[in-house]
Amino acid sequence: MSSQSKNPANNHPLLFRYVSHYTSVRGTLKLFEYEAKKILADKGVKIPRGVLVAKGEDPIAKAKEAGLEPPVVVKAQVLVAGRGKAGGIKMAKTWEEVAKYAEELFNKPIKGIVPKLLLIEEAIPHEVELYAAIVIDRSARKPVILASQYGGMDIEEISKEKPESIIRQHVDPFIGLKGYQARLIGKKIGLKGKALASFSKFLTALYEAFTEYDAELAESNPLALVGDEVIPLDARMIVDDNALYRHPELAKERFEESGEYTEWEIKARKMGLAFVELDGDVGIIGNGAGLTMTTMDLVYEYGGKPANFLDIGGGASAELVKTAVSFLMEYPKAKKVFINIFGGITRGDEVARGIVKALQELGQLPKPIVIRLAGTKAEEGRKILEEAGIEAYTDPIEAVKRVIEL
Amino acid sequence: MAVLLDENARVIVQGITGREGSFHTKLMLEYGTKIVAGVTPGKGGMEVHGVPVYDTMKEAVEAHPEANTSIIFVPARFAPDAVYEAVDAGMKLVVVITEHIPVHETMKFVNYAKQKGTVIIGPNCPGIITPGVAKVGIMPGSTFTPGPVGIVSRSGTLTYEIGYALTKAGIGQSTVIGIGGDPIVGLTFTEVMEYFEKDPQTKALVLIGEIGGDMEERAAKMIEEGKFTKPVVAFIAGRTAPPGKRMGHAGAIIMMGTGTYQGKVEALRKAGVKVAETPFQIPDLVKEVL
Repeated sequence: MSSQSKNPANNHPLLFRYVSHYTSVRGTLKLFEYEAKKILADKGVKIPRGVLVAKGEDPIAKAKEAGLEPPVVVKAQVLVAGRGKAGGIKMAKTWEEVAKYAEELFNKPIKGIVPKLLLIEEAIPHEVELYAAIVIDRSARKPVILASQYGGMDIEEISKEKPESIIRQHVDPFIGLKGYQARLIGKKIGLKGKALASFSKFLTALYEAFTEYDAELAESNPLALVGDEVIPLDARMIVDDNALYRHPELAKERFEESGEYTEWEIKARKMGLAFVELDGDVGIIGNGAGLTMTTMDLVYEYGGKPANFLDIGGGASAELVKTAVSFLMEYPKAKKVFINIFGGITRGDEVARGIVKALQELGQLPKPIVIRLAGTKAEEGRKILEEAGIEAYTDPIEAVKRVIEL
Repeated sequence: MAVLLDENARVIVQGITGREGSFHTKLMLEYGTKIVAGVTPGKGGMEVHGVPVYDTMKEAVEAHPEANTSIIFVPARFAPDAVYEAVDAGMKLVVVITEHIPVHETMKFVNYAKQKGTVIIGPNCPGIITPGVAKVGIMPGSTFTPGPVGIVSRSGTLTYEIGYALTKAGIGQSTVIGIGGDPIVGLTFTEVMEYFEKDPQTKALVLIGEIGGDMEERAAKMIEEGKFTKPVVAFIAGRTAPPGKRMGHAGAIIMMGTGTYQGKVEALRKAGVKVAETPFQIPDLVKEVL
């Protein structure tokens, strides 16, 4: 977060565009390229022949075993965006280059993340690169297919430079993607004959993968046109983590590998806390994304700087509150802590009990803490806090002013 | 008068025997909401705070044919089933409190309910309250008071905060609706605004938005086009939120140019909406337009 502006978000209008409602509260689960490709292959899509190599394994032996011959593509399996531009994909023309690039990629962090696996794939000569994706259109409340004949580049670039080339087609979630719709999209991006059939088959498989895996995004870019056949050279999927109970095979923790989280964010997630690290010194706990964000905004408004976003959500137990308070007591950026709770499904007495528990376990609070309680069971909560010698405010402005002057 | 929820509401609580279901049934009853039945599969025959419990919606509706509204406290895995059950039992309004429902499920039941003419509020929402008349939700009732201002919000707790600020300033509310925080919800800003436009009690609207998506921009467009004619005061949460984690390239394209705090505020101001810098300026701004 930049410190030049009072409203740092304003410094990042482009980045900010991607913020979805719940990115700060609820994560999404990205699949590795090799996982997304395997899912597509299981649905009958032809994918480049390839082999996974782990660190310590002999890349040449593994590639030969898989029947590969240079030229091959050596690809770091990382979840960070912009992998290609960051040098995570190498074309190896000889076996020597395979060994060299494998060594290089295993030791080269891409946006801070060192890959644990490399994917070595046959190089596929092609002239045309297409783009195909399926996402959820929030406004239409339906899945939407996006396709363009200008694959390879970022979709933002395509939409900037050739917006008319992006074909959009909504899908009825009950009926699913019909073959004729896939063919119409194929026609619109300039395909015909067998290539049209191949594209339509690919899109159908992509849609099946999208629904079966509760995806928020299923994408192939570039989708190469090789003769009359489409072959996904890359594939990405983002799965809705609210649906992970239906996909236990995906439910291993992988947020550490995404490169999007700081050390303290990873720590917090492991404790079940929705936490985002910021650059100020006022630790913040709120209930609900809207109120927690507004609490940050208020701290700014009154001259302070939030050290974090921490949303305890709806109906938090005393145990969760205790965990959250103890966590901020340890989190070094927070020099003081502001807890702002307006109870609905969250009960003030539970919150108070959690704070008191944290206090008892720590012996004393190592940092000053300001609490504002309102709403459901706030009276009871304030009583519990008072008995433990902690002052609680009703008025949020008084509380913010107090925390800033501390 | 009010929107969507008035004195004729007869409510069934789905998931009434759970911790939250039972706790909020008590609070809703105390507020004066007419709860006629509860449903929890396998718990038929019980009573919760004097409310008879049935195994199925069908049985509940047969015993209480006047029921027209349901509220769902069922855990996420089973909540979609509860929504279909409520729609098929003929409920006119279904409030889905449950959070963490997979978005693919929500996408389906929202489309289904629309086809059947059932209004869904939520999921992941605080519900709806018509102050002094009834509440079907989890908001603290004492925060709100009857009056001329409608509130529509994407946030739960922030709605209580702003409702409380209005109430303290002596400004009451006609109906308050928390539409929910999920990417896909049953009722959007513009759909709620259509109801408020027609409601004679509502003289002004407070719109509480957040970063992400484009519902605020769509509301602004509706106002600009003259389809919503009452004065609007807005607050958008997340002015200082950091650039978030990406939704993926394809997700970004649908929202091209929309979703930022700045974009939302500009769109609303251009449409003549007064946008508050903090929630606590809202009462003064509302007084100016009333």
